[in-house]
Amino acid sequence: MGGGDTAGRLVRPFALTGGRTRPSRADFTLITTVTAVDPPPTWATRPQPEQQRILRHCARPIAVAELAALLDLPVSVVVIMLCDLLEAGRITVRPPRPVSQTPDLDLLQKVRDGLGRL
Amino acid sequence: MADSDTVTRAAPDTVKILIAGGFGVGKTTMVGSVSEIAPLRTEEPLTEAGLGIDDLAGIEEKKATTVALDFGRITIGDDLVLYLFGTPGQQRFWFMWNDLALGALGAVVLVDVRRPESSFAAIDFFERRGIPFVVGVNGFYGEHPYPPDEIRDALALPDHVQVLLCDARERGSCRDVLIALLDQLIAVAEEAEGGGTLTRPGR
Repeated sequence: MGGGDTAGRLVRPFALTGGRTRPSRADFTLITTVTAVDPPPTWATRPQPEQQRILRHCARPIAVAELAALLDLPVSVVVIMLCDLLEAGRITVRPPRPVSQTPDLDLLQKVRDGLGRL
Repeated sequence: MADSDTVTRAAPDTVKILIAGGFGVGKTTMVGSVSEIAPLRTEEPLTEAGLGIDDLAGIEEKKATTVALDFGRITIGDDLVLYLFGTPGQQRFWFMWNDLALGALGAVVLVDVRRPESSFAAIDFFERRGIPFVVGVNGFYGEHPYPPDEIRDALALPDHVQVLLCDARERGSCRDVLIALLDQLIAVAEEAEGGGTLTRPGR
């Protein structure tokens, strides 16, 4: 759980996004997984400190919601920073498994078996 | 190390199930009971659009400038991870439900028998959008004064929606509710795959 302390953050969340409140792409969901590109592309510029924190957390694949919780930042802020990192070639993105009207029986069975092992 | 293991861990597939219900019905407790991690919380600033449609009368003292979302994780396998999201309980946060519901496998609506009306909105939400759900009756202190059928009648639930008595504090109990949801989803999927008749899974 993030610090809901009354002291507040040192940096206001949207200051980290240069005042932007909307992402440049709309395809980041709460359960989209992001992974840092390792090694970073040779043309990569040095990321800002907050971006660096994100890259550290996604050395292994991590869902956007988890990342936001770990960073103690609103999802909307994290997504804007992830867009920048994606455009800079620093992360790869995997969208969630699509769930359509005609459900995927194999997927459901797999989830059910997994729950059975709990 | 520059030439470190190039074992580029493939990101797993992710799916989600929503845990819904009225305020204080035990959603976060349930998430915590089955999650492999302590429930995490993210907070979103309340948008102006959200504020516009919300009736904030009487809750000013809560400084409702953010909406919190609690969630947990169950790793199904190397290549598949299930996330459980507790929907914000207060009615004024409904605008978040739409985003949350998108792409969900289904939902568990938790009901508190002492005030079932607090979960009407959640039931209504999933019914209207055709999102599959089961109802978990959270017995506080593990007590269940009413049988499932009485609760079904009280909530005017259609026959195909399962009603399960549960204890949100118990891992096994929460697991069984989730499995019931999956069984319901599988039954529907099998029918669809078999191209069979459009009968709902019986109960």
